[in-house]
Amino acid sequence: MIEVSKKCIGCNKCVPVCPFAAINMIDKKATMNEACTLCGVCVQVCPVQAITITREEASARDLSGYKGVWVYVELSETGDKTHPKKIKQVTFELLSAGRKLADELGEDLCAVLLTDKNHGYEKELGEYGADKVYMVEHDELFEYNTDIFSSVIVGLVTSHKPSIMLYGATIQGRDLAPRVASTLYVGLTADCTALAIKDGLLLQSRPAFGGNIMADILAPRSRPQMSTVRPNVMKLAEPVHGRAAVVVRESARLDKSLRRVKVLERKIDHGAGTARIENANVIVSGGRGMKTKEKFKQLEEISKLLGGVVGASRAAVDLGFKEKTHQVGQSGTTVSPKLYLCFGISGAVQHIVGMKASDVIVAVNKDPNAPIFNVARYGIVGDVNEIVPKLVEALKKGK
Amino acid sequence: MHIAVMIKQVPDSTEVKINPETGTLIRAGVPSILNPYDHFALEAALELKKKHGFKLSVISMGPPQAKSVVQLALALGADEGVLLSDMAFAGSDTWATSYALAKGIKKIGKVDIIFCGMQAIDGDTAQTGPGVAQQLGIPQITFCEHVDVDGRRVLARKQIDGGHELLEARPPVLLTMIMGKDYAPKHPSFLAVNGSLKKPFHVWSAADIGAEAQYLGLKGSPTQVDKIYPPPQREKAAMFSGSGQEGVEKILSVLRGENFLGE
Repeated sequence: MIEVSKKCIGCNKCVPVCPFAAINMIDKKATMNEACTLCGVCVQVCPVQAITITREEASARDLSGYKGVWVYVELSETGDKTHPKKIKQVTFELLSAGRKLADELGEDLCAVLLTDKNHGYEKELGEYGADKVYMVEHDELFEYNTDIFSSVIVGLVTSHKPSIMLYGATIQGRDLAPRVASTLYVGLTADCTALAIKDGLLLQSRPAFGGNIMADILAPRSRPQMSTVRPNVMKLAEPVHGRAAVVVRESARLDKSLRRVKVLERKIDHGAGTARIENANVIVSGGRGMKTKEKFKQLEEISKLLGGVVGASRAAVDLGFKEKTHQVGQSGTTVSPKLYLCFGISGAVQHIVGMKASDVIVAVNKDPNAPIFNVARYGIVGDVNEIVPKLVEALKKGK
Repeated sequence: MHIAVMIKQVPDSTEVKINPETGTLIRAGVPSILNPYDHFALEAALELKKKHGFKLSVISMGPPQAKSVVQLALALGADEGVLLSDMAFAGSDTWATSYALAKGIKKIGKVDIIFCGMQAIDGDTAQTGPGVAQQLGIPQITFCEHVDVDGRRVLARKQIDGGHELLEARPPVLLTMIMGKDYAPKHPSFLAVNGSLKKPFHVWSAADIGAEAQYLGLKGSPTQVDKIYPPPQREKAAMFSGSGQEGVEKILSVLRGENFLGE
């Protein structure tokens, strides 16, 4: 519940800061309407502490038995017959982040692996910090399926009671995690950019409103506390050679009837844009300012000369300059290359949240006030249509 | 068949600006819009309605002003609109929202296909769709680009890393849609807007849908916002100006300085 006490002086400070337009000043008193999400921004800005949010304590579940930090292991197809699947890098990033949480809590870090056939996966999982690997090997786990995978995870969580569980915010993780959270009635926070322990609880930080504000989220009353984290957000730890994890084999009762969605066809282009920009060291990206598809093509040359991959803003993709698989940003791919060189991208927040973790950002744009310059290390104010062709020439000469 | 589309009214986050001094959102003049992903979901559903003559209901949850997005969906061709609106919903996280929407859909009746956008642009969680599917105990296909119905088969093309899958499910099923190239958001004509005012529109409270208070709002939400704050500020960029050759030289010197040109 949110309440405004008599202390309210009608100063109006809370009205403009409300992200949801939920406050009206009625008879010089702040009044909340139904748009209120109880986010608490107004409480922070109120100079006279007139606004209070009371959180009713729901009947506390017994949470003392929940221990251990779990990481969902995601496998991806390689297109290679002898090693058809490999562990996705985001899993190692989650183990790296999970290791710190587990150490702080004094609990085990466990990887959860569902597969039809183990190819010695525990070795890498151990080297990246897992103490234990809960492994379910079953023929029905030959490919990801929402119903089958969520039922296995729910079973494991119910019997082993972890306190925290992390998933990659991938197409698979974002399909699986909410299903599990919904079944178990536990909290799930999407796309966390930082995880920490605060008073024994998992403090999950995430951007909201297209990255315009940050929110810290807690799930104090339910376990496990679950988060998804995008690839390339958590820093990858150095693997410890020879560090081994204990394998705990688990069985699952599965049959075909659980598979309510069937795969009729799967087409993967192993050289496709998404896979490549996600792991690229150098990305040369362009936006609306590139004007035409032909001019945009010059970025391919720059990127080739710098040993990189081409990225594109949402606008450039919408205008047909580049395929959607190359889109960087909130509705595209999150990237963190060593170099992000971008031309004619003004920097809508949705784009910025997808590339701001890059090591060095160099932006070229004709508008000196373009928001892209707020995240760039180097900004060049100039006309991309003049600069790009000349840069192609200069780079060619240099080679 | 009966299709339901779940839609949400959101602030147009491309219009949201930040006050650089206080780090707070500048909300003035930011319009409320139909979540763009939901608009694609609606178009996919409308196409099926047109092709097969299915009935189409839209459902939203939000404050009374969210009525406008439901009205827009009606003007675009939906047959029936529902808005779940009640102070008891305030503060709901994705779990509690999924619970309420699932209750609302049950009240609509026997629904065969449920559509929604893969995520809303204000929260970006992509959790509500799967949450509703689980609450209803039905299968889901997330991140769809295209959906077709062939008899009792629902066929969906789903985006996956570096490619796509063609998936099949039997109704009831829930589908979440990306903003793919197969659908384009349309605007209603003036006549359609007028005509939509006569279509059935229900506003339901928590009691109307039989939702239990303990699962709603802040009390029913497993997650809680601990704090909201401005994102950390970055150091200012080193700025250079210069079109043409001058700009090129700057870029080259920056790339050289950061060791991206090799030797």
